[in-house]
Amino acid sequence: MFNDFGQLLILFSKTFKSLPLTWRQRRKVFDQLFEIGNASLLTACILSLFVGGVLELQTGPVLVERGLGSYLGGAVGLTLCKELGPVMMSILIAGRIGSAMAAEIGSMAVYQEIDALKTMNINPIHFLVLPRLVAISIALPMLVVFADMVGWMGGAFVAASNKDIGVSFQTYFTNLEAFVDPGDIANGLIKSFVFAVVVGTVSCHQGLQTIGGPRGIGRSVTKAVVNSIVLILILDYVLTRILLFFDL
Amino acid sequence: MSAAVKTSRESVGVRVEGLRKSFGDHEILKGINFEVEPGEIFVIMGPSGSGKSVLLKHLIGLEEPDAGSIFIDGKSIAMEGVMDDYRLAMVFQSGALLSSMTVGENVGLYLTEHRLKSPGEIQKIVEEKLAIVGLDEAVDKYPGELSGGMKKRAAIARALVIEPQLILYDEPTSELDPLMAITIGREILALKQRTHVTSIVVSHDRDMAFGVADRIALIEAGEILVVDTPEKVRACGDERVQHFLTADFNLET
Repeated sequence: MFNDFGQLLILFSKTFKSLPLTWRQRRKVFDQLFEIGNASLLTACILSLFVGGVLELQTGPVLVERGLGSYLGGAVGLTLCKELGPVMMSILIAGRIGSAMAAEIGSMAVYQEIDALKTMNINPIHFLVLPRLVAISIALPMLVVFADMVGWMGGAFVAASNKDIGVSFQTYFTNLEAFVDPGDIANGLIKSFVFAVVVGTVSCHQGLQTIGGPRGIGRSVTKAVVNSIVLILILDYVLTRILLFFDL
Repeated sequence: MSAAVKTSRESVGVRVEGLRKSFGDHEILKGINFEVEPGEIFVIMGPSGSGKSVLLKHLIGLEEPDAGSIFIDGKSIAMEGVMDDYRLAMVFQSGALLSSMTVGENVGLYLTEHRLKSPGEIQKIVEEKLAIVGLDEAVDKYPGELSGGMKKRAAIARALVIEPQLILYDEPTSELDPLMAITIGREILALKQRTHVTSIVVSHDRDMAFGVADRIALIEAGEILVVDTPEKVRACGDERVQHFLTADFNLET
């Protein structure tokens, strides 16, 4: 495990050092961005719409009963943008995109495509890892902002339409606006950026480490997703502590 | 690529000294020694699992030996930068074409990634190299749409783009029908005639090996049994060499 962690850090540092080469790999970055958006936008939309709705269903009646119905917008808004949005979208991306990255790079490792790159003096980190890591680091924060907004809409819809809650759109969004400030959005963006780097690095690392044919590819995909989710949840706690320290 | 890179016409010699490699407790290469002259086709032949492909990976720097040295033009490849001074190419057993790219993009990949030519020039070179291997029609196809033989020919075209001084072939005729195997063998010979490139071919295909080789090394269980011209290898008295060369389907032998 410690060996794996060390290798992850080395891969990340090598990729980080190759960042100046991003412009040369821009076509691959755009391809990856398109793939990430294409693969996850609809799922993200459905997921956040219903999570916002469920959040409202669970908290709404309790708050309304205690005369705190007007605070629903703020409660759901903050929960989504500081916590559920980044974590939920990162887990979605780990499952949807991280697994695909591990499978694609893993199959390239198994079928000697990565060896072929090396024989052509093409660095697999520049060619494969860098564009994926850059793309996921751009895409995930954008996806989180989108998911936050859809989730807020889901919450607002349930708040307005459920007879046990009955909070109007206007009350909901006025309160949301009062409670959620740019710092809270930044909190979610910082978290999602870190989680994106984790998912990208873990998935590419597992892909590059793949040996042993189709079974090896399956193993790498599983490890990429599981390790990403575990790290996301651990880092979520650590980041929350750090961001609280900075009043975010 | 350094300024000292030699031209494609200057083929290189290779010397392997005392090469050893183990994976876990299993010793794959047990002190391999041989020398390949510039411009010759050197075939490393032997049964499956004898260490041929591992040896080839050492020659191009994909594996590091536990002991021993490999020299290209008298310079150890362990020295930093030596591999960058020469143009080496490898044709993998499966072709190892990047499945997400078209054949044309695969063939031009080296030039595109290293920005050695303009896109127009790259396209011209790609078409020229694909024509050499008879794949000019496949430029826009994906590797998944090609047969095994076509993939190998595309891989040869990709290697040709590098204008290599040393080209390594890993089982170039495996999984191919006899006619396609002959076509690939002819490509190897034609390439040598055209560019005088040094070629090291790993194969267990006896017909192909004796058809193209200037010299043959026979390897078994990680040891070289013989290195000589095809005629002398055929005449070799070693029982293990003769067993490999003459084994057939006759149940009584």
